[in-house]
Amino acid sequence: MIPIEFEFLLRHYNYWTSVVLVMIGLYTMIVKKNLIKKLMGLNLVETATFLFYISMGDIEGGVAPIVAHGEHATDVVYINPLPSVLILTAIVVALSTTALALALVIKIYEKYGTLNSERILELM
Amino acid sequence: MRLSSHLPIIVILIPWITAYIMPIIGYKWKKWCNSFAVVALALSFIISLILARFVLVNGPMHYYMAGFMPPWGIELVVDYLGAYMCVVISFITLLVALYSKEYITKELSEQRRPQYYTLLLLLTGSMMGASVTGDLFNLFVCFEILSISSYALMSITGEGKALLAGYKYLLIGAIASSFVLLGIGHLYISTGTLNMADMFVRLPPLYSSWTVLAALALLIVGFSIKTALFPLHVWLPDAYTNAPCSVPVLSTLVIKVGAVAIIRLLFNIFQPSFVINTIPMTAALSYMAAIAIIVASLFAISQTDIKRMLAYSSVCHVAYVILGIGIGTELGLTGGMLHILNHAVTKGCLFFCAGAIIYKTGIRNIREFGGLGRKMPVTMGAFTLAALSMVGLPPTNGFMSKFYIALAAMTAGRPELAIVILLSSLLNAIYFIRVINITYFGIPEEEIDIDEAPPTMLYPIIMLAACCLILGFGAELPLTILRPAAQALLGV
Repeated sequence: MIPIEFEFLLRHYNYWTSVVLVMIGLYTMIVKKNLIKKLMGLNLVETATFLFYISMGDIEGGVAPIVAHGEHATDVVYINPLPSVLILTAIVVALSTTALALALVIKIYEKYGTLNSERILELM
Repeated sequence: MRLSSHLPIIVILIPWITAYIMPIIGYKWKKWCNSFAVVALALSFIISLILARFVLVNGPMHYYMAGFMPPWGIELVVDYLGAYMCVVISFITLLVALYSKEYITKELSEQRRPQYYTLLLLLTGSMMGASVTGDLFNLFVCFEILSISSYALMSITGEGKALLAGYKYLLIGAIASSFVLLGIGHLYISTGTLNMADMFVRLPPLYSSWTVLAALALLIVGFSIKTALFPLHVWLPDAYTNAPCSVPVLSTLVIKVGAVAIIRLLFNIFQPSFVINTIPMTAALSYMAAIAIIVASLFAISQTDIKRMLAYSSVCHVAYVILGIGIGTELGLTGGMLHILNHAVTKGCLFFCAGAIIYKTGIRNIREFGGLGRKMPVTMGAFTLAALSMVGLPPTNGFMSKFYIALAAMTAGRPELAIVILLSSLLNAIYFIRVINITYFGIPEEEIDIDEAPPTMLYPIIMLAACCLILGFGAELPLTILRPAAQALLGV
């Protein structure tokens, strides 16, 4: 078990940010009645996940992983490119999910004339 | 390099490449869409069989994408479980494509039919990909392709309720995907690898770390949503009720692939001793599944819509698979994996019969089924056989897998789980025998002049009903591949 210290929290502020963002996103999805706002909550959750990945690959003072030449070539610190590559794939996935969701929302609006989930349940 | 070493990638690529060609075929020659899909799926079924035979003779196959060696490249591992899943998936989807030829003409407009086949093929390829991949991130990507295509399939009719059900499924499924992605991120931070076999070796020293435990929790919850394990099943009944009857048959496979992902997570990424003894994750899953089985059966009893009843029955039966996994012994795992095939065959038959009834009469309320037994003798005969298999009467296939799981529960010293199985068989009997009773002995409200469904719909029904009996008598056939699969997973 890791003792929780103030300094520890501060040093990992990037992870805390993503945790808070996931929470805000989930809250939005549960509480908001509007279907588009629910989708925005979902996008917040996804973006927080991306932030988590990107920040874990980063190193302070690191450079892009392109092999350096010249006299300082040995003391260059590279960042890990793999999380960024993974997240490119995940962004494509999230984009297609969002596109499909928006297409469904347009169709739902055409059928029911409203995007309020409670009103739609009354109309069904 | 011999062709046989490329089989793992070919079996996935055939449906995918066909899916990309399908819109062009649909644009130029609408009539040929179905035949094209059937040929592609038949081809991938044959290749799956060859693959299964190859794996049985030579042991698990490893395929390195583009020749990059693991842990750097993406690895496909066709082990016993993967080969078995490929055969099951391609067999059921082949029958779905055959069945769709006539059935879909009534449910979908002409423009939507090529889209339907495109999504069906994408779904098939990604399900097989998810079952044979040896890379955790690749598993996530395959899961996303299968999820997105099944969200779209669920709402393909374009009716208001179907759209809403699809939207609900999408929101819940996307949350599950985010959880899975976060879990994979936690595991990557801890181990620095994404290859499952590599992770299996590197994880044990890190078992006390909170990051790894958080990853396990996130992945289990994410995959449980995809599997529709009881408290997380809310998307399933609405989606099944409003989709065309061939889509839930595919979706029973989708939720089974979720169960396969849970198997991979528990036994191929974490070590069996860790999830069984140190963190009793399997015990937690088995009690969750026991609750799911009872509650979903009770829900199913109160339904009057045939599709909704079958949907709750699906929630109940996927929990059997999880229960088998949760018992955590070789026998339990074998029974759980056997139920993947048996439930896919039986529920496929039931949904096909329901589709044939709706195709011919448009009736969905069970109370109005009176007299159908005489009008559609073959369909209702198959329905009865499959329903008895769901209840678990010998000599049907449902009996075999339930018997295995119950036996595993008894030998593992957990008789309360065997009682749950018995009780649920009783509850299953209540809601299935009610339908059989009405169809054969009920009096029709008004005489309707109908006959059997067209042959392209009838043949898949007869084939699956025959499989219910064949797999009951010949349970040895799937068990020849499942016994080594369970042994390999548990490492004995």
